[in-house]
Amino acid sequence: MRRLILIAIPYVWLLALFLIPFFIVVKISLSDVALARPPYMPQLDWSAGWEGIRNFFAALDFENFGFLTTDDLYWKAYLSSLQIAGISTLLTLIVGFPIAYGMARAPEHWRPTLMMLVILPFWTSFLIRVYAWMGILSQNGLLNGVLMSLGVIGEPLTILNTDVAVYIGIVYTYLPFMILPIYAALEKLDSSLLEAAEDLGCSRLTAFWLITVPLSKQGVIAGCFLVFIPAVGEFVIPSLLGGSETLMIGKVLYEEFFSNRDWPVASAVAVVLLLILVIPIVLFQRNEQKQREAEG
Amino acid sequence: MTRSLIALTAAMAMGTAALADEVHVYNWSDYIDEELLTKFEEETGIELVYDVFDSNELLETKMLAGGSGYDVVVPTGTFLQRQIMAGAFQPLDPDKLPNRENMWDTIQKRTDVYDPDGEYSINYMWGTTGIGANVGKVREILGEDAELNSLSLIFDPAKVEQLSECGIHLLDAPTEVIPAALTYAGWEGGPDDKSDEAMAKAEEVITAIRPYIQKFHSSEYINALANGDICLALGWSGDVLQARDRAAEADNGVEVTYEVPKEGALMWFDQMAIPVDAPNPDAAHKFLNFIMDAQNMAAASNYVYYANGNEASQEFLNEDVIGDTAIYPDEDTLENTYTVTPFGPKEQRTLTRLWTKIKSGT
Repeated sequence: MRRLILIAIPYVWLLALFLIPFFIVVKISLSDVALARPPYMPQLDWSAGWEGIRNFFAALDFENFGFLTTDDLYWKAYLSSLQIAGISTLLTLIVGFPIAYGMARAPEHWRPTLMMLVILPFWTSFLIRVYAWMGILSQNGLLNGVLMSLGVIGEPLTILNTDVAVYIGIVYTYLPFMILPIYAALEKLDSSLLEAAEDLGCSRLTAFWLITVPLSKQGVIAGCFLVFIPAVGEFVIPSLLGGSETLMIGKVLYEEFFSNRDWPVASAVAVVLLLILVIPIVLFQRNEQKQREAEG
Repeated sequence: MTRSLIALTAAMAMGTAALADEVHVYNWSDYIDEELLTKFEEETGIELVYDVFDSNELLETKMLAGGSGYDVVVPTGTFLQRQIMAGAFQPLDPDKLPNRENMWDTIQKRTDVYDPDGEYSINYMWGTTGIGANVGKVREILGEDAELNSLSLIFDPAKVEQLSECGIHLLDAPTEVIPAALTYAGWEGGPDDKSDEAMAKAEEVITAIRPYIQKFHSSEYINALANGDICLALGWSGDVLQARDRAAEADNGVEVTYEVPKEGALMWFDQMAIPVDAPNPDAAHKFLNFIMDAQNMAAASNYVYYANGNEASQEFLNEDVIGDTAIYPDEDTLENTYTVTPFGPKEQRTLTRLWTKIKSGT
């Protein structure tokens, strides 16, 4: 019995925090927009009994999903989001791996402090940190000021309000999600394996390539998914740091919801986004499971 | 244990009592003299919970979703009209609003378009959408005799190209920019024309200047103008005037002006209304009545540099508010302003799509 309850808890969690909200979104995506509160029709009328429920289901259709195919804005926004998220994930990996590696190779009594430093930014609101980047990257900002006074550049670079700023923002924000799983994998790495490899004639680089990289693979994969999945739907970073031409699905969704007041189409956009993300999420789950089995 | 239970029950009872006399006000950010909030609490004994937003869309979503928990909200006229149609507001009770006699007929007549006879709302502030400029930089580029009050600064590609080197922002609000573009183009259907032909014309005008616009944003231009990061913005009167004052305070050599475009300017109205499901409509009426007091309203305008719809408050306004034609335009300028009506759902979709296309090129 206790076992059953223990197993049930995560499923109740999943049901309450994911499935029920998701079905509400699906339901709205099948309705039609209306000038009412809330702004869509039909509403489920419980008082009319069976008849009401039947009418409700009869009025649902897939029109809004069809609408998404009539305008190339939507698939362009999906593609551009996937591209921005993909490039950002790669950049985060390039920046994050050496940091995690350095942490794992640092003397043991330093590691808690280093770990602390990685987590420290979370103590400040995410929004404030993104605003800080606006100050750093703007025309009269810190970065341009330093570069100009060093004589590296003659006139200020335009970084804020471009895609470059979006990449910087995403890499900065999600870096800890990349570092932590890689660090966890590298920390477990048995250093005697490396010694053995070197004893057997491997150069340090070859040993790194043949031993460290494969053994940290699970951490790298976990880190990449943890960065990629939220980055696809990112809204705050592109709207604060990006220019008007930065096209991302999060912004399209916002416009459908807030500017067009079209909750049904906005919900359809969200459902499609989820379907696109289901593939990496399933892959991620499988990776986790494999890792657990390997360890178990 | 028993004692702490009693204490807890007492605390909960007090909590409910406090709840009964609370009023939740949801207003635009930087839009009131905060001393008024304390004054209201002192005068009425009602606890005031003040919360702010920065876009009509956000407010509208909360109103349409329902259950916002707010007692007083401040939508702009066009949004107000649509939300009234959706049944989001309750009719005001005139008996609870004796200060209504202070209101200004001229403004009431104009807001009748959105809310006939003010059945659901009272005017809080109003203003125009116009041109904010960094005088020094614009003159440096276009010459000493450049006109600062012409929409050609924003919409004439030849001028905009030259000015682009010092930075231009437009409001990220198609309902503001498109009427301005139609006004500049002298569109015969007028600035409020929502036909496909009018939209095509507006698209043509804005697309021509799109490459030279640094950003579409509805509040960043305040700081950007004040710091000298940009030299031109199509923005809201009071916001540009705030930029002017911040620049003057910073003493950074930047001089900002606000001009009502000579071709004609959009006039807008922010209206206070009570949501249909407001938890405390009684206190909400008290708040509206408090705001309509001549001295209180004057204090708000003196603080935020926006004109208000309260005629009796005018004698209490500072000279740099009532005497500034950028805030209280003279008769001729007022004649030259126009108002717009809300977009229907289908027109709104066309508009948003057009706006995305203009901004992102897709």
